[in-house]
Amino acid sequence: MASILGHTFTPGSDAFSTDQINWNITGKAVGFTFYQAFLSTLITLLVGIPSSYLFGRFSFRGKNLLRILSTLPFILPTVVVAAGFNALIGPKGWLNLLIMDILQISTPPIRLLNSIPAILIAHVFYNTSIVIRVVGTAWEQLNQKLENAARMLGATPKKVFWKVTFPLLLPSILSATILVFLFDFTSFGVILMMGGAAFTTIEVEIYIQTMQFLNLKMAGILSLIQLTFSMLLTFLSLRISGNKNVPIISMIEGEGLKIPDSLNKKLFVFILTVILVILLVSPTIALLLRSILTFSMSNPTKEMASWAFTFENYRGLFFNDRHSLFFVPPITALRNSVLFAGATMTIALILGIMISVSYSKSERSNKYLDFLVMLPLGTSAVTLGMGYLSAFSSIPNSIRWFPVLIPMAHALIALPFVIRIIQPAIHSIPENLHEAAMTLGVPEKKLWRYLDLPLIKKPLATAAIYAFAVSLGEFGATTFLTRPEYPTLPIAIYRYLNLPGGENYGRAMAMASILLIICGSGFFIIERLQIKVKGGNQ
Amino acid sequence: MNRKKSILIMIIGVLLIAACSREPTSLVVMTHDSFAISEETIAAFEEENNIDVVFLPSGDAGSTLNRAILTKETPIADILYGVDNTFLSRAIDEDLFDAYIPPLLNEIPDSFKLDDQNRVVPIDYGDVCINYDKQFFRENNLEIPSSLDNLTDPKYANLLVVENPATSSPGLAFMLATIAEYGEERYSRYWRELKENGAVIVNDWETAYYTNFSGSVGQGAQPMVVSYGTSPAAEVIFAEEELSESPTASLVGKNMCFRQIEFAGILKGSKNRALAEKFIDFMLSTQFQEDIPLNMFVFPVNQNAHIPQEFLDYIQIPDHPAAVDTDEIAENREVWIEAWRELMLQ
Repeated sequence: MASILGHTFTPGSDAFSTDQINWNITGKAVGFTFYQAFLSTLITLLVGIPSSYLFGRFSFRGKNLLRILSTLPFILPTVVVAAGFNALIGPKGWLNLLIMDILQISTPPIRLLNSIPAILIAHVFYNTSIVIRVVGTAWEQLNQKLENAARMLGATPKKVFWKVTFPLLLPSILSATILVFLFDFTSFGVILMMGGAAFTTIEVEIYIQTMQFLNLKMAGILSLIQLTFSMLLTFLSLRISGNKNVPIISMIEGEGLKIPDSLNKKLFVFILTVILVILLVSPTIALLLRSILTFSMSNPTKEMASWAFTFENYRGLFFNDRHSLFFVPPITALRNSVLFAGATMTIALILGIMISVSYSKSERSNKYLDFLVMLPLGTSAVTLGMGYLSAFSSIPNSIRWFPVLIPMAHALIALPFVIRIIQPAIHSIPENLHEAAMTLGVPEKKLWRYLDLPLIKKPLATAAIYAFAVSLGEFGATTFLTRPEYPTLPIAIYRYLNLPGGENYGRAMAMASILLIICGSGFFIIERLQIKVKGGNQ
Repeated sequence: MNRKKSILIMIIGVLLIAACSREPTSLVVMTHDSFAISEETIAAFEEENNIDVVFLPSGDAGSTLNRAILTKETPIADILYGVDNTFLSRAIDEDLFDAYIPPLLNEIPDSFKLDDQNRVVPIDYGDVCINYDKQFFRENNLEIPSSLDNLTDPKYANLLVVENPATSSPGLAFMLATIAEYGEERYSRYWRELKENGAVIVNDWETAYYTNFSGSVGQGAQPMVVSYGTSPAAEVIFAEEELSESPTASLVGKNMCFRQIEFAGILKGSKNRALAEKFIDFMLSTQFQEDIPLNMFVFPVNQNAHIPQEFLDYIQIPDHPAAVDTDEIAENREVWIEAWRELMLQ
């Protein structure tokens, strides 16, 4: 990381002449970056926190499926998300067609693409799962005895929430908030594709300065600005949450989850589930559907008759029609993606645990550690990529392309995530539990395996899922490190979308669907494994 | 324990030496991500010269050039392919290449030879043109626009989608076409009129073509999109069913299309000069050049190369493609793009 930063800042440091900087556009970029990030985060929280309550306190049919489905957006490359949205709410999207049919109007009512609402919705689509998993898990592990005690002492449910539950949840809410905000702050694909040319953010400006103008000095300065703001905000959020850690009380799996009994509760569960499905799941379903449909270009009408079901898109993936040297066989891409993701997950988890454990009692060193840890998240992906390039340019070719570099790079990006999720969990383990266990004869070396690990297995699983997801969907920073011999699924998807034609589009959708299915399966396996880890109760 | 350690060290040492010694037996060609060629063609070169050709896709044209510049002290490739006429002056100024004059260069038309010192050699060319949705124009009884001026006519209001020149190569090409037509002084006014006439501006080609354009499977709202002259042929070749005509065609009025030429050059510091020269020769040979159209959807510069039938059937070639002097582009690129963005950003 140090070498990357060194190379990043060298180009920037000798540009003290400000005549190259267009302050007007820079100002607009900074302003809009904050504006859209703030709004996106707010809406994400508005959707996410009630959803955390849903997942943290209730048990209902389809819960696990819904949770997996709502996390899938995280891995999708923006190009694919745009396609999903288009299939749904584009001018001839299915939702529009449906509404036009029902209401008998001729112009599509939903015109959301290329606008601020599109950016906001896309961000909510991507990031709500973070809030659900981080806050939801915390909520689930909250000891209900505290709330029950408060009720017994005469507090109204409202008071119980604000005075007992909310303060206990605050650290996890803040963790989730800063993660979501940083994602929205450095968001690139969404702004580029869903927003259109009328909007620009710091990240987009960095991209333009680097790629279009080859002006690395300006890009370096912008990266610095972006990094400064990111770090400032991280500091702020950490200050607010203080160093309070809510002690984890060990619970039996599913102890706090209730089946909704009253009508109010049932309605809540139902309505929120429907909202989540519409917001988070429908574009994914639209994508899957699009991959098994074909559109007749010889008879392109607005009617549903122009569509037909087919598996041709999947079959066609295996054929290298042009005998292209760069053809990406789907099995190979899948294998590579999954292998890289698995390796990333392992590396990120091990490193994450090691670093989290090393957070000492001293507040000051914690702050520095936090700063370092959040660095990759607050850094522009473009800058990171360029940094890798400079840092590694002196290494001989053959070593430079060792495939192991890719999971390492992915792990770097996933690390802040993993640590933000695991570190509070590790530090919530009450000290006296260790002492009690040792009194009961557990040797110190085995404490970790039999006590700590089972206690934090849920946050560990969440962290594992996100490390896996980050790697599967990664496309930006690591394109500099990939070689044609190790293509991944996102790269294959982009190859198809670079050329016009129905076949190419259909195959891209098929690849994206494969990505979705693999990811969903991966999530499912991780969640299952987590339950199997023994322990969690005395 | 000591014996095990020393064996381990020996194994690692042997591996490292093996890894390092693999270098001289491959020729490395750095390209952009849109580069494609068939296996047979490359295999032919590899067999004839007993060498492995390794390709390094490095992002889009700008990103590839960046990479070459960043690593120019210790080049990571022998050949760079993918510098186009909009980046040409920049690439030359950075002193990336060693000159080479391939024998076949004589047969290439002069209009493609933009570098008189032959540091780079033209390989292929293509036009960025506005594609239009034939069915839309038929159904609405609209005449197809025959000039850039036409596009500001109210009867074409809200019907055009364009890409941002700052973030998209076809977008930049189209903006340069308007500069070729109206000159530096008046192109801003033209764009203001376009904007007032409802032109939709997106950031990248994928969004414009697959989300906004009504003439492809995305079924968007705009029947005109800035794309490539070869896209109508691609629509037929990659159609999900047999098509007898292309659903789209290009607008080829004066200065409505911009010609992009792509070059390749031998990088300074390459350790495989002889082989690199052979590869450049190979890239200009009819075998390679004939393989280009169906793989990259551009035209070969070698006029003896045979063009596939679909290209001849479905592509409209402009008589007067727009062109802007490469030095002027290098000098004014930032200014032009920034001015454009000031106009369009809200």
